Amino acid sequence: MCLAVPARLIEVDAQLQGFVDAHSNKLPVNCVMVPDAVPGDWLLIHAGFAIHRLSEQAVRKTWDLLEDLERRVEEDSHAIG
Amino acid sequence: MRLAEKIPLWLDLIAAVAERRDDTVRLMEVCGTHTMSIFRSGIPSLLPDNLKLLSGPGCPVCVTSQGDIDRILAVAQLPVVTCSYGDMLRVPGQDGSLESARAKGSDVCVVYSALDSVRMAQAQPTREFVFAAVGFETTAPATAAAVLEARRLKLRNWSVMCSHKRVVPALHALFAADTTRIDGILLPGHVSVILGSNVYRALPSLYDFPMVIAGFEDWQIVEAVARLMELAAGRQMVLENMYPEVVTPEGSIHAQQLLRVVFQLGDAEWRGLGNIPDSGLILAPAFDDFDAGRRYGVRPIEGREHPACRCGEIITGLVQPSDCKLFGTACTPVHPLGPCMVSSEGTCQAWFKYHRHEVAKREAAKL
Repeated sequence: MCLAVPARLIEVDAQLQGFVDAHSNKLPVNCVMVPDAVPGDWLLIHAGFAIHRLSEQAVRKTWDLLEDLERRVEEDSHAIG
Repeated sequence: MRLAEKIPLWLDLIAAVAERRDDTVRLMEVCGTHTMSIFRSGIPSLLPDNLKLLSGPGCPVCVTSQGDIDRILAVAQLPVVTCSYGDMLRVPGQDGSLESARAKGSDVCVVYSALDSVRMAQAQPTREFVFAAVGFETTAPATAAAVLEARRLKLRNWSVMCSHKRVVPALHALFAADTTRIDGILLPGHVSVILGSNVYRALPSLYDFPMVIAGFEDWQIVEAVARLMELAAGRQMVLENMYPEVVTPEGSIHAQQLLRVVFQLGDAEWRGLGNIPDSGLILAPAFDDFDAGRRYGVRPIEGREHPACRCGEIITGLVQPSDCKLFGTACTPVHPLGPCMVSSEGTCQAWFKYHRHEVAKREAAKL
C-alpha cells in the first residue's frame, strides 16, 4: 500500500493540482505535500499525491537501474534467439 | 560498476558473515512493499540457510483488526457508496468482504486516491460517500488532504471511516513484547519519507539490534541486508539510512502538518499485537462532521477471526506461512481466509506466489 513511483511534473496550478508524466502516462497529482514543486521536477507519487521531490542524483540512480535492466533483457533475448 | 552488478558481492559478504555464526540470524522487515520485493526477486533462495528474513507488521491491510474490517463492511450495508483502495476489497470480515457485498448489491467503488472519493461526492450531491481509510503514515496525509478538501467544498455527503495506524508505536509494542528474537530490522522506505529517519533514532540502542532504512529495489534490499549483517556481527546497535535520496532526517514537514491538523492520537487495535496506546490516527474533534462512524452510528465491533488463521502470529514473526495448516490448502489467493493471503503485500500471498515451491523443495530435502 505504501508503493510510490517516480514521475515528472508536467504542470501545476495555484490550488496545487497538476499532472505528472509517469512512464508516458499522464496522471493527475496533488502537490500539497511538495508545494514548491515546479514543472520539470521529478516527484515521488503515492495514491495521487506527490510525497517527495527527488533530486537529480536519485533520478539518475533510478535511470541507471532501468537502463541496466533493459540491457540485461536485451542480452537475454539475444541469448535465447 | 553498475549497482545491480554489486549484488553478488553483497551476497558473498552476507554468506561470509553468516558462516562465522553458529546460530540463525533473524532479520525482520516491516513493510509490505519490502515483503513483495524480497519474494518476487527470489532473494530468500540466495541467502544462507542460517539467515531468516521475517515479515513484521508492515502490511496495513494485514494489521487492520477484524473489528475495523467489520465496521467498514457494516457501512457498506448502508445506502452509501463505499470507496476503498483496491487492497481492501477482498479482505474477509465476519460476513463476507467488500467484494461480496458489492456482488450482493452494495455500492462499493475502488479509488486510486482519497481525493477521487471527494470529487465523486462533489459531482453527485444526492448520494452519500464513505471513504474507508486504512494505511500507515504514507497514506494518512492523503486522507487528511481529502478531509480538508471536503471541508473547503462544504460537502455534506462525504465522510471517512478512519483506521489509520502509526508505525513507530507498533515497533515499540513488538520489540518490547520480546516474543520474537530479532537480530536486525529493515525499516520501511516510504513511511520514512513522511516521518523522517529521526523518529527511529532511539530504537536500536533501546532494543539492542541495528536498523537500516532501505529502498525497494532488489539490489537496495540485498545491500541493506548485507549492512545489517555487518552491523549485527560488529554489535553496532545503530540506525543507518541507506535510502537517503528520498528519506531525510526530518521527513516531510508538509505531510506531518496535515496529520497534525486533521488527526489526533488514539488507541488502536492491531491484528497480532492487540490494543496499542496512541498507535491510531483518529479525526480531531473539529472534523467530527466527517466521521462516518459517528454519522451512521457504527459502533466498535469485536471481530472474530477464523479460528485456525495464524495471520496474527505471522505478522509478528512468531511463525511462517508454511506453519499455518490453512496455507495453500483452504487458504489461497483465490479463496483467502486471512488478510495476509488477501493483500498483494501480504506475507502469505508473497509466499504462495513466489516461495511455496522453494519451501516444498527444502522440506523434501530434509526427509
